[in-house]
Amino acid sequence: MSAPFRLATGGRIDRSKPLRFTFDGAAYTGFEGDTLASALIAGGVHLMGRSFKYHRPRGFLTAGPDEPNALVGVGASQDRYTPNLRAPVVELHDGLVAESQNRWPSLRFDAGAVNDLFSRFLPAGFYYKTFMWPKSFWKTVYEPKIRSMAGLGKAPTAPDADRYTQVYAHVDVLVVGAGPAGLAAALAAAESGRRVMLADEQPEVGGSLLHDVTATIEGRPAAAWVAETLAALEAKGVQVLTRTTAFGYYPHNMLGLLERVTDHYANPDPKLPRERLWQVRAGEVVLATGAIERPLVFPENDRPGILLADAARAYANRWAASVGKRVVIATACDSAYRTALDLKAHGIDVAVVADLRPMPIGPLVDAVRAAGIRVEAGTAVTGTRGRLRVRVAHLSRLDGRGGAHAPEPVACDALLMSGGWTPTVHLFSQSRGKLRFDEGLQAYVPSVSVEKERSAGGCNGVFDLAAVLADGYAAGESAARATRVRAPASRAFPVDGTHPVTGGHLGAVPHSRNPSAVKAFVDFQNDVTAKDLKLATREGLRSIEHVKRYTTTGMATDQGKTSNMNALGIVSEAIKAPIPQIGLTTFRAPYTPVTFGSFAGASRGDLFDPVRKTPSHSFAVEKGAPFENVGQWKRAWWYPRPGEDQHAAVRREVKAMRSSVGMFDASTLGKIEVVGPDAAAFMEMLYTNAWAKLGVGRCRYGVMLREDGFVMDDGVIGRLAADRFHVTTTTGGAPRVLNHMEDYLQTEFPHLAVWLTSITEQWAVTAVQGPKARDVIAALVEGVDLSDAALPHMSVVECRVCGVPARLFRVSFTGELGYEINVPADHGAAVWQAVYEAGQAYGITPYGTEAMHVARAEKGYIIVGQETDGTAGPDDVGLGWAIGKAKPDFVGKRALARPAMGAADRKQLVGLLTEDPATVLEEGAQIVADPVFEVPARMIGHVTSAYESPTLDRSIALAMVKGGRARMGETIYIPMPDRVIAAKVVAPVFYDQEGARLNG
Amino acid sequence: MLIIRCPICGDRPELEFRYGGEGHVARPAATEALDDQTVADRLYMRTNPKGLTVERWRHVHGCGRFFNAVRDTVSDFFVTTYKAGEPRPDLDALKKEAVR
Amino acid sequence: MADIALKEPALRRSVFDGLPLASKAAAACALEPLPPATRLAVRGRPGVAEAAAAALGFPLPTGVCQSAEGGGRAAFWLGPDEWLVIAPEAEAATLAPTLEQALAGVPHAIVDVSHRNVALTVSGPRAAYVLNHGCPRDLSLSAFPVGTVSRTILGKVEVVLWRTGPESFRLECWRTFAEWVVGFLNEARREFE
Repeated sequence: MSAPFRLATGGRIDRSKPLRFTFDGAAYTGFEGDTLASALIAGGVHLMGRSFKYHRPRGFLTAGPDEPNALVGVGASQDRYTPNLRAPVVELHDGLVAESQNRWPSLRFDAGAVNDLFSRFLPAGFYYKTFMWPKSFWKTVYEPKIRSMAGLGKAPTAPDADRYTQVYAHVDVLVVGAGPAGLAAALAAAESGRRVMLADEQPEVGGSLLHDVTATIEGRPAAAWVAETLAALEAKGVQVLTRTTAFGYYPHNMLGLLERVTDHYANPDPKLPRERLWQVRAGEVVLATGAIERPLVFPENDRPGILLADAARAYANRWAASVGKRVVIATACDSAYRTALDLKAHGIDVAVVADLRPMPIGPLVDAVRAAGIRVEAGTAVTGTRGRLRVRVAHLSRLDGRGGAHAPEPVACDALLMSGGWTPTVHLFSQSRGKLRFDEGLQAYVPSVSVEKERSAGGCNGVFDLAAVLADGYAAGESAARATRVRAPASRAFPVDGTHPVTGGHLGAVPHSRNPSAVKAFVDFQNDVTAKDLKLATREGLRSIEHVKRYTTTGMATDQGKTSNMNALGIVSEAIKAPIPQIGLTTFRAPYTPVTFGSFAGASRGDLFDPVRKTPSHSFAVEKGAPFENVGQWKRAWWYPRPGEDQHAAVRREVKAMRSSVGMFDASTLGKIEVVGPDAAAFMEMLYTNAWAKLGVGRCRYGVMLREDGFVMDDGVIGRLAADRFHVTTTTGGAPRVLNHMEDYLQTEFPHLAVWLTSITEQWAVTAVQGPKARDVIAALVEGVDLSDAALPHMSVVECRVCGVPARLFRVSFTGELGYEINVPADHGAAVWQAVYEAGQAYGITPYGTEAMHVARAEKGYIIVGQETDGTAGPDDVGLGWAIGKAKPDFVGKRALARPAMGAADRKQLVGLLTEDPATVLEEGAQIVADPVFEVPARMIGHVTSAYESPTLDRSIALAMVKGGRARMGETIYIPMPDRVIAAKVVAPVFYDQEGARLNG
Repeated sequence: MLIIRCPICGDRPELEFRYGGEGHVARPAATEALDDQTVADRLYMRTNPKGLTVERWRHVHGCGRFFNAVRDTVSDFFVTTYKAGEPRPDLDALKKEAVR
Repeated sequence: MADIALKEPALRRSVFDGLPLASKAAAACALEPLPPATRLAVRGRPGVAEAAAAALGFPLPTGVCQSAEGGGRAAFWLGPDEWLVIAPEAEAATLAPTLEQALAGVPHAIVDVSHRNVALTVSGPRAAYVLNHGCPRDLSLSAFPVGTVSRTILGKVEVVLWRTGPESFRLECWRTFAEWVVGFLNEARREFE
C-alpha cells in the first residue's frame, strides 16, 4: 500500500530500506527508522483502537511513551506476542505483525460502542454504585461480564520463546535521559573520569533535538551536535544505553533499567536476550527525563486525527510523516507555533492557530503570522465532528465570562493541540523526593531530594534550550563531584534558531454547550471526562487521591502521563481550591510497563531454583526411581521393579529391609559439626538432652526447641571427641537450625569457645538397615569391631570404608539393626555402589523415602514438620523423656514451665488403628469424638501420618489428639465427605515396642 | 534494594542479609526468676513502633555476624548499625540527629 | 566374600563431570573446573591467625575480605573469626593435624570441608559482567581488587568469590549447587557465543 502522507524529504528514516508490515491484516510499507505509529500515519491510518469504557474510535495522541490510545498487540506467533504496546514506541522491522485491541467484531464497527450511546448511565463511580448488590453476583456475573467487555489486549497463549537476562551494574553517575540536558550532563560527568552511564528509552540519543530542524548548538545543527556529543561521550568511556527505559527508582540509588535488545530486529540473533534488565546502583543520579505535552480538554477532543502539537511536529520532522493535509492547531502555549511553522515548511496547510490566550505575543507568534498563517487569539475548540477521523473543528471566541460565542466550523483532517508542558517528575517522585508547585510555570517541579540525585532540563522546569544545556551540564558536574551544590553553569552552550516557550493551560477549556451532553476527555485510556471529575467533586470527594480512585483518572497503564495535571486543574476549579492544596497522586514504578519476562529473567525452567542431587542420584535414575522434592533436594521415592506400582514397590522394600537388609540414601540429612572446648556446654543449651556425660563414640537422639518451648528440630548426634559433635538435622531444617544455633552462639552465649560448620554436603550417607546390615558392611569396613558389644546401637566410629575416610554410625530410623556410612561426598557414588554389590548376597534392597516413612511410622518415630506443626511441645509428641530435667537451663526450658504447656487437653501423639484394617486414613483429616455431630463439629485432633503397614499387614496412623494419652482404647471418628471412619486410639509404636531388633 | 552497613564489612547489598527480629529482646532464661507474664511478654510482645526501631540483622551471606540496626520504619532507611553485644543507642538523640 | 573395594580407594566422582563447561563464549568468559583440593574451615579466638603461620607458612589474613597465599596454599578471610584454607589435595590427610598442632594453644575449631565445596575459574574480559548477572556486588577492580575474597551470593546460591587476577575469579560453592551455577553462568554468557 502506498504512503500518501509520507513527506517527500527529510526525516531520520532510511528510504533505501523499505520494511513491510501488517496492521489488522492489511499490508503496509515503512522505512528503517520508522515506528509503527509513524509508518501508519504515513500510510494515512489514524484509527488505532477503541476506548476502554465507551468503545469510542481512537487514534494516536502522542509520539512517545506517554501514548494512551494507540495500544497494539505485536507478534506473528503466540510465543512472541506482546499485548498493550504503545504504537509510537514500537520500532518497525520487516515482517512486523500488529493488531488493534479492544474491538469486536472489527475496529471500524465495534459492538461495544453502544456504551457510548448509553454513556449517561455510565457515570463516574458507576461500578461502585451498581455492582454492589447482591454481593454474590460480583464474582459470578458482574466481574466476568465487565472483564470481557473491557480489557486491554489479550495475554498470549503460548510460553514465551524469548530469553531475558538481568545484570547488576555499578556506576558513579547515572544520567537518565539523553536529550539536550542529559547529553550535557553526561559530558560534564565524563570530564571527571568517573564511571558514567547514560540511558535513554529511544533508539538513538538526542531526545527533543531529534525533531528540532531549526536549532543550532555551538554553531552546528542540533542533529550534528548530538552525533558529535555521542562520539565524544563514547570516546571518554561513557556507557551509552539506548532503547533503555529507567522505569523504577528504588532506595539507595538503585534504578531499574529495561533495555530492549532485539525487538527491533526482524530475525533476532538467538544468542541475544530479548530484553536485559539492568539493576544499576549509582553513586549519583542526574534525571534528565524531559517534559510531556498536555492535551487540551475540550468537547470531543478524542477523535482519531486529534494529536498533540509537538507529536505532529515530531512525526513530520523526525519520521517524514504528515498527520494530515490540512490541520487546525489549538493551543495555550508557544510551542505549538513551532509546529505550525515546521508543518508549513513541509507544505502542509495550517488552516488556523487558535490560541486560548487573549493576546499571545512573542517571536514565535510573530513568525507564524509572518508566514501568513491565520492566528485567532482568545479562541477555543468547543467541539469536533468526524466519526472515524476528525473532519471539522468548531472554533469559538471566548466571551471572557467562562463561556464562548457561536462556533465557526473549520474543515481539517488533523487537529493539533497543546496545553503546555508537564515536567516528567515520575522518577524523582519515585525516589521519594518532594515536589513543589511552581506558580509561574503552573507545574510541579522537584524540590527536596531524598536520594543522591538532581533533576535537569525539562523535568526541572527549564525549557529554553540554552538554559536546558547549561542546567544539564551543571547537574552533571555536581553529580561527578558528588555534591548537591550546583555551581552556575561552568559551560555555556551558545544556541540559535530557537525561541523561549511560555504559556499553558490546566483544566478544561471553556465552552457554552450543554455540559451534561458533551464529553471532554481528560484521561483518554480510562475514558474519564471533565464531567466525571466534576461529578466526583459534587459527590463530596476533595482529595485528588480519592477523586483518582473514584473516577479512575490516572489509573490506566499510562499512569496519567498526559492527564494528571488537567485533572488537578479541573478539581481545583470545581472546588475553588489552589492546586497545591489538592495534592498530587503518587507516582509508582514502573514508569512504563515492563514485561514479566524481564522480571523473571533466568529464573525459569531448569534455572528456576537450584536442584540438589545426592552423589548416588544417577543410581536412582538408572533404577527408574521417581523423585520426591524435599526442599531443593531430589530424593529417590521408591525403586520400582518392572510392573510394580508405588504400593507394591514400597511394600516390597519395607518387607525386604525388615527381613534381610535394605539400603537408603540419607545424604540429604542436614549435618553440622560443633567443635571447640565448649562444644558440650553449647549443646547443653541448644538441645533439651544432657550432653556433658555422653561418651566419645556414643550417639544420642537430640531434641531442639525454640525459645517458646515448641519442637524445632531433632536428629541423632554423635560425639566424635570431647570437643567435637557431629549433629544431624532434618533434611529441610538444616539452614534454619544452623542459623538458630549461630544466633544463640553469637548473641546469647558469645563467651562459649565453640564454632559451627555446615557439613551437610561434605558427607554422603548410605544407610544400611536390616538384620543382615552388619554382614553386608563387614567386608567394606577396615579395622573396626562391628560386634554389638564393641559398636552397640547409638555409637559412632571414625574409620575407613572402601579405603576412604568414613564416619560410621550405628543408628536406626527403621527399628532394625542399622548403620549409616558417611564418606566424603566425591566418594559417595562409589561407596553406595560397593555396598550395593556387597549386599547382593543378601538380596539387598534399595528403598526410597516412602518406605523409610512407613518403616519409621511403624516404630512411632516422629518427623518434625509432619507430626509437629510449630505448636507441639516435646511432651506432646512423646519426647518428654528427652528433656534433661536436671539441667539448669536450655533454650525453651522456661517456656515449658508455662501452665499452658502442661494442660491436660493439649494435643498429644497417639497411634490410630482403623476398625477396618484395609482403610488408610488421610493425612490432615480432622478427628471428632462423636460420630454424630452437627456442623461445625468440635474437632479434637488431626491425623499426621497414615500408611498401609506391610509389616503389620494393616493400616496404621499417627495422630495428634487432645488429651490423647488418656484416651487409650477409646474409639474416635474421622469424618470424610462420604462416610465417618472409626478408629481406636493406641500407643504410637506399632512394631517391636521393646526395641529388641535394634540391638544384637 | 537497600544498602546495609555491616559493622564488620561495611556497606553491602541487602541481598546478603537476613532480618532477625526486634533487637535487645531479653531471653527468658530458666535460671532467672520470672513470672509467667514476663516470660510471655519476652516471647511474644514486640514494640512495632512508627519511627526509629532497633532490629537484629545477620550478614548471613557475608561475614555471618549478627548485629543490631536502628531503622526508621517511616522512611525505611537505616540510621545506624552496631555490633551485637554493644549497648542500645539513645534513640532520642539519634532522632534529633536525623532531624538536623 | 569379595572385598574388591578394600583394594583401592573408592573412585572420586566430580560434580562437574558431564556439565557443559565448554562454550563459544569462552573468549569473553571461560568456565573451568578446578581440581579437588583440601579445604579446611578454620575458626578460633584471636591468636589463631598468627599461630596458623607455623603450619601454613603465612598467617591467616585478618583484614575484611583479604586473602593470603603461599606454597600452593591459600587462606580466605570470611568473617572475623572464620577462614577457609585451601591446599592441594595431596595434603588431605596431613594439613588438618599439622594445623591442629599449630593452634593447640588457642581455642579453635578445624573442620574438613574438602568435599563440601567445589570450585571453578570464571575468567575473561567479560567475567565480572557475567558474574554480575547474579552477584549484586560491585566487581570493578577498584571496588573488588585482585586478592579480594568474599562470601556473597550469585542468584539463588551462596558463593565465595576470590579475585585471582584483573579478569579472573575463583568461585567456590557447595557441591550440589554447582550444576545450577554452571547453568546460570552459561545463560548469562550466552550473548558472547
